Amino acid sequence: MNNLLRRVLLSASAPVIALLFAVLVSSVVLLASGSNPIAAYGDMVTHALKLGTIVDILNRATPLYLSGVAAAIGFRMNLFNIGVEGQYRFAAIVSAYVGAQLALPGVLHVAVILLVAMFVGGATAGVAGVLKVTRGINEVISTIMINAILISGVIAALSKRWQAGGSVDATGSNAGVGTDPIPESGLIPNLNGLIEPITGEIGRGKELTGMFLVAVAVGVAYHIILNRTRFGYDLRASGVNPFAATAGGVSANRMIVTAMVLSGMVAGLVGMPSLMALGRFNPNFVSLLGFGGIAVALLGRNNPGGIVFGSLIFAFLDVSSGILQISGSASREIKDIIQGIILLAAVVAYEVVRRYREREEARLAAEALAESGSSPPFESGSTPSVAGA
Amino acid sequence: MTQGNDSPADGSPTINQPAIELSGITKTFPGVVANDDVSMTVAQGEIHAICGENGAGKSTLMKILYGMQSADEGTMRVFGDRVDFKSPTDAIDLGIGMVHQHFMLADQLTVLENVVLGAEPTKSGGRIDFEAAKAHLQEVSESYGLDVDPDDLVETLGVGERQRVEIIKVLYRGAKILILDEPTAVLVPQEVEELFRNMRELKADGATILFIDHKLEEVLEIADSITVLRHGKTVATLPNEGVTASDLAELMVGSELPSPEITESTVTDTVTLEVRNLTVGGGGDRPAVDDVSLKVHAGEIVGIAGVEGNGQSELVNAIVGTVSPSEGSVFLSGEDITRRNVRTRRESGIAYVPEDRHHEGLLLSAPLWENAALGHQTKPPYARGFFIDRAGAREHTETIRAGFDVRTPNIDVSAQTLSGGNQQKLILGRELTSNPKLLVAAHPTRGIDIGAQAAVWDEMRQARKDGLATLLISADLDELIGLSDTIVVMFRGGVVATLDPSDVTPRTLGAYMTGAAIESDDRTDDLKGTP
Amino acid sequence: MGWISSLPGWARWALYAAIGIFVLSLVQTLTGETTELTSVGTSQAMLRWGVPILLAGLGGLFSERAGVINIGLEGMMILGMWFGAWGAINYGGWVGLVVGVMGGVLGALIHAIATINFGVDHIISGVAINIIGPAGARYLSSEIFSGYDGGSITQSPRVPGVGKFDMPFLAGGDVFGWQSPDLLGTIGELEIFFLSDVANLTRGLMSQVAPSTMVAVALVPISWYVLWKTRFGLRLRICGEAPKQGEAQGINVYLYKYYGVLLSGALAGLGGAFIASPELGGIYLEGQVNNRGFIGLAALIFGNYRPAGILMGAMLFAYPFGLGLRDINETASHTLLLVTAVAMAAIALWATSKGRRLDMVVAAVMAGLCAAWYFLSDTVPDWWVNILPFVIVLLVLFFNAQRLRVPAADGEPYRRGE
Repeated sequence: MNNLLRRVLLSASAPVIALLFAVLVSSVVLLASGSNPIAAYGDMVTHALKLGTIVDILNRATPLYLSGVAAAIGFRMNLFNIGVEGQYRFAAIVSAYVGAQLALPGVLHVAVILLVAMFVGGATAGVAGVLKVTRGINEVISTIMINAILISGVIAALSKRWQAGGSVDATGSNAGVGTDPIPESGLIPNLNGLIEPITGEIGRGKELTGMFLVAVAVGVAYHIILNRTRFGYDLRASGVNPFAATAGGVSANRMIVTAMVLSGMVAGLVGMPSLMALGRFNPNFVSLLGFGGIAVALLGRNNPGGIVFGSLIFAFLDVSSGILQISGSASREIKDIIQGIILLAAVVAYEVVRRYREREEARLAAEALAESGSSPPFESGSTPSVAGA
Repeated sequence: MTQGNDSPADGSPTINQPAIELSGITKTFPGVVANDDVSMTVAQGEIHAICGENGAGKSTLMKILYGMQSADEGTMRVFGDRVDFKSPTDAIDLGIGMVHQHFMLADQLTVLENVVLGAEPTKSGGRIDFEAAKAHLQEVSESYGLDVDPDDLVETLGVGERQRVEIIKVLYRGAKILILDEPTAVLVPQEVEELFRNMRELKADGATILFIDHKLEEVLEIADSITVLRHGKTVATLPNEGVTASDLAELMVGSELPSPEITESTVTDTVTLEVRNLTVGGGGDRPAVDDVSLKVHAGEIVGIAGVEGNGQSELVNAIVGTVSPSEGSVFLSGEDITRRNVRTRRESGIAYVPEDRHHEGLLLSAPLWENAALGHQTKPPYARGFFIDRAGAREHTETIRAGFDVRTPNIDVSAQTLSGGNQQKLILGRELTSNPKLLVAAHPTRGIDIGAQAAVWDEMRQARKDGLATLLISADLDELIGLSDTIVVMFRGGVVATLDPSDVTPRTLGAYMTGAAIESDDRTDDLKGTP
Repeated sequence: MGWISSLPGWARWALYAAIGIFVLSLVQTLTGETTELTSVGTSQAMLRWGVPILLAGLGGLFSERAGVINIGLEGMMILGMWFGAWGAINYGGWVGLVVGVMGGVLGALIHAIATINFGVDHIISGVAINIIGPAGARYLSSEIFSGYDGGSITQSPRVPGVGKFDMPFLAGGDVFGWQSPDLLGTIGELEIFFLSDVANLTRGLMSQVAPSTMVAVALVPISWYVLWKTRFGLRLRICGEAPKQGEAQGINVYLYKYYGVLLSGALAGLGGAFIASPELGGIYLEGQVNNRGFIGLAALIFGNYRPAGILMGAMLFAYPFGLGLRDINETASHTLLLVTAVAMAAIALWATSKGRRLDMVVAAVMAGLCAAWYFLSDTVPDWWVNILPFVIVLLVLFFNAQRLRVPAADGEPYRRGE
């Protein structure tokens, strides 16, 4: 059907335009700073096609995807959980501590760690939800404030308190610093054994994180809950028109708290790939995934599939820009610029496409009706009499 | 120049030129022709009414005249000079002022700030000369008896005062042509009289007034000449001599207006809704709903009359469950539902047509079938257990589309593409097909075209016949009198009268609504179950 | 207490400040642990720390009064810091500030185009600015500062400043080479309860002050004047309160929204440049803005979208930082715990008088915790002062959210003719 094709093309056009625009602008930036953009992009793409790099990209995309879903759950009902950053780091340090204290059989141990992380993330985000429904405090403000309190206060304090000895040694390595190591039973094994029969040996000590499967499961669950369940319907309805949703029996307050808690629970998982790789929470723990998640959620239009695309693009840029340092074709910081521009260009492009689509839809609807022929102004058996006389 | 004594230096109106001359004005929006070759002439110093039903293109025309939108085709002349407005500033410069239907006032600013905005007298350095501004404002307000305090915050003002501020705002800039967009819609009859007195004073001072209204008696009372619009076209411009309301009505809709009317009584003895001593709000302030009791029987339509803001919305919200009452209780088929939330109330059989369909009734950017499910998403055919039944929901939406004549290319378009009338038919369809016991319909025909209006009335009559209890809230007194079995009048949150529609006229109803008839009537607060 | 709310804004804030200082000097005298709570050095440090917060807050004020939410202040400050450092290194301190302003405006321009022209959600655009700001600064550093002596991808060489200055007569400044008396200093040395404390804190605001700081403080009354007394201000505010109404009266809403956002970026940029100036960092250093954009936003909310309130908010939030800098043996931060406990107890009493039970319980519990912490410990960790501003804002919102007056149309999309 022609219309369907149009719709698909329209949906796809925005991110594609955004990508092209970002490439164009960053090319100008590269040219202005005396680098050859084609060489730089060439290096990045070539590098990205290597098996080892692909594994790195997937490892990077996994937490970005989780972070994106966390942000998207809120966005779907116009709630801005800006606090994913603080939530996942707080969840990670607490679950690292708890995980290190336990001795449990494998599956159970892992499950406890993940559940603790989800609980901590959900509870932290839930605070913002409760503040919103009880005191009307905007969640943007409260999550920003809670973020700052967690990162520069609570996490700093906890890392000091739970530090398991060791310090930065003479060589500058801080490998010994951090919480107690989590026993082997608490760590999700890597997926190398699963994919190497197909891809061949990855080598160079690279491992595909086991959290990859968890991220896939989260994505599928997100899709089903959002699009197929009554709860998902209520969530989307609240996002489109909270007043109509309320009149339709959706309890706005309950939805706000639930959505924040769910968002925080997924946020709690964001730090897990890093925790599973490091085996402990330490100063090298990955940061800034929270804001990256917001970006990929926006890029992916808050759709489970779209966020896959968004997180892969961002992960590709993050990982394969590393080659620029080595090849010397450009400064690797160009990737930050590209990411920022993609994000902005995408939201602008979505908005433009949305407006265009609205106009088109109205026009098509009017045309369709005009073709079907307009009927007399009223066709019922109303008793004609003069009003107002 | 509002005094009309000394002639202004430039742009001086030449006596013989018409104030406004429009010819061939055409304006299209995606899918809609709002104005189609509109031509009209407004003489200087007259009060010129523009009539037409909802969607006839009145508001668009006024926006074009005021520079808020630009016409695709056609020419405009103001005092004989051809004009082409890019923004309201251009219109204001030529002495055109507009009082909008929805007041254009900023609540958090003072009256003075609101009035001077855009025409601020300044001293050096861009500093506003508030003294000079206040003096000018007081001069304007005194010369037309428009009484306001310049230092009040607008948020503290009532409706009548706000309208006075609006008119002062326009006069402050020395407007010679005033556009009033449905100014009486928000006023009680006494305020309307005051407004008309002000309008006559302005006219005596030489102002030209364009006045949009669809209350035909008002038009006949105040206007010198009348232009009728229909489907975006000018149908006629006539002097107000020997014209009757029915002539105008016929011009407006191309045939005579349909009227709501019910035939034989279908009222049963079964009480479906009972509201007992319900009070909403209070605690220091005057309660929005004050000790209201009423009953609605199966097969009965109970109409609630009242000037807007007298507690009707709050009563509806308390019945539907979006606000909780401070006192009293609500019973549905004998069950106390006072403590239940919206969802369980709707599940137990309350259907609801909200007063503002865009605000509370629809998910505008969502497809029709998702809109059809709203409010009923927990039950078949929309849901199966914890999951949404997409196929069932779509199928049922098709049923509504066919049964309620919702005109749409398909059920996947978003709700915002439908016309107001079709949106309303969709809402009514989803509510009436949900197998309800009670329908709460707030202003069900507000702002929709006549065809849809008649269809809505038909459906409500049919549902009544089938035994549905209906609580109808409307500002359209003809609708209330025509459809209701019983009319309850609310004033300041309380019930002041329960009337039999067969022996009331809009005029007597109006007297109750403004509280004027309370002293002379001893039926106050006396409730009759059935007429 | 009704008479307090009838006071003009500045007088009310001055009264609150006096009460605050009174509590500080009372607690300080009674505990005898430290003298830093009211020292000249503390107030100097507070002022220096407060300036960027103040500028960010004022930046937010102009944007949000024009109806555009600006959580991109952080990113704009980072751009301001980079450009400020670059300008100062190459052309001197004053030019640095101007170039910093331009850097902030650059970030704001992106925000303006996205939100005003394209109707992108303000929060989303703000998040994007906060990603682009540091990205741009980092890229520029890798291209430019890396090539400088002493510079690298994360930092610049030393940044020159604009000099310092003492207020004549009050703080003993020079008048054409003549050393004037130091009135406040003299009072401060007399060690009279409360009076000397006020003198010390005030003297700190007037001695060894950079002209750039004076400019920043002067922007408080200037902002008030511009927003509430001029035509420009009225038109800008209508865009934040009721843009359609403004449009109907012939105001070009897009234009004034642009003014608001660009001024916002200019002020944030100035704040960023100030961070790089010797008043604070003395270099461009990655991460050095350190949430000050967000703290500025917090000051804006704390100050209820008014300049005098923003100034108080900025100083209140900077105070613990300033104290932390002066606090060698951590006794002052420790004493501050007791001050917080007193403040919380006061809120609990206030809530009791208003019959707000939940507020009372929360405040009383916080007061109890702070007091217990104070009496059970000898020092507090440094993170305590770092989180204090954010905690204060959450508490202000928690106890006072209903009374805040956010511009009515703040954050709402606006399109002409709709």
